[in-house]
Amino acid sequence: MKSVKLILLSTMALFLMIAFKPGNAGYNVGDKAKDFKLKNVNGKMVSLADYKSAKGFIVVFTCNHCPFAKAYESRIMDLDKKYASQGFPVIAISSNDKDAVPEDAPDKMAARAKEKNYTFPYLFDESQDIAKTYGAAKTPHVFILTKKGADLKVEYIGAIDDNSDDATKVKTKYVENALTEIMAGKPVTTSTTKAIGCTIKWRS
Amino acid sequence: MQSLAQEVRAISFKEFEVMTQRNNDTTYIFNFWATWCGECVKELPNIEQINNTYLDKKVKVIFISLDFKKDLETRLKTFVANHHLKSEVYLLDDIDYNSWIDKVNKDWDGSIPATLIVNNSKNIRLFYRKEFTFAELEKIILPIIK
Repeated sequence: MKSVKLILLSTMALFLMIAFKPGNAGYNVGDKAKDFKLKNVNGKMVSLADYKSAKGFIVVFTCNHCPFAKAYESRIMDLDKKYASQGFPVIAISSNDKDAVPEDAPDKMAARAKEKNYTFPYLFDESQDIAKTYGAAKTPHVFILTKKGADLKVEYIGAIDDNSDDATKVKTKYVENALTEIMAGKPVTTSTTKAIGCTIKWRS
Repeated sequence: MQSLAQEVRAISFKEFEVMTQRNNDTTYIFNFWATWCGECVKELPNIEQINNTYLDKKVKVIFISLDFKKDLETRLKTFVANHHLKSEVYLLDDIDYNSWIDKVNKDWDGSIPATLIVNNSKNIRLFYRKEFTFAELEKIILPIIK
């Protein structure tokens, strides 16, 4: 009797685990990604559909305050300088709750973008819907998308490279390797890594 | 058992793994944290309190900091001194997270706070990705150390 109860309980627990996976599942590589319309630091709304000639996008969930986002900031800027002209611009998005982290409020984002001369949009995902839809959990968290006709396909999810602390000691550039393969029409060898950084600060 | 003078040093992932494989009846609580992580800093005293409350039991808290190596001498050591941490503190010096986080727990995404509870003689290895209160953590470890 007791063991039946136990089995029943553990089955229920398993069901609950499947039904309510912690965090949000978000996208997997190969999934169709959703476009969005978010406000840029200059006040204008930005959609991926605005980029008529782009072949794809390097969507980076990032923010102002996180030490990992700071450590990667110049590398994110370099990605845009290197790949925007090749059809893969950077689209930076901050989804952090501005009340939880005042440093990530839109006016602070604008100040940061101006100070550092960002060459890419830095969008505020105030509702946090885009982070949830994509399954972004960290800052920085990268999603490389390619255009497939009218659709967007997720090609890579994860970290920028394997050394957040020191750009000069990077051994594997995950994002650059993926882009090289994508542009050569090859499948991406390492298409998923675990993004390393601060957790996105969700609204309570 | 506990020394008052806290010496914080950097360890490799290999050294950390060895710590988790000690074959004895002590229950080790490895808490992953960093000085830049607000939730972790808030949680820290709750974890430390386990050590202080169960001094006579075979339970040991070990703090594993994921601070950057360059912050060891300044930021981390200052923090440990200012907060009077008595538990052991190590800085896990392996920036290539993707090479080791799966080995701690395959479902872990590396986010902190996270806590690994190990008792090898009882074959216990539990992993939690959450911010603990003292009562929550106590509830988990009491049946193990009793």
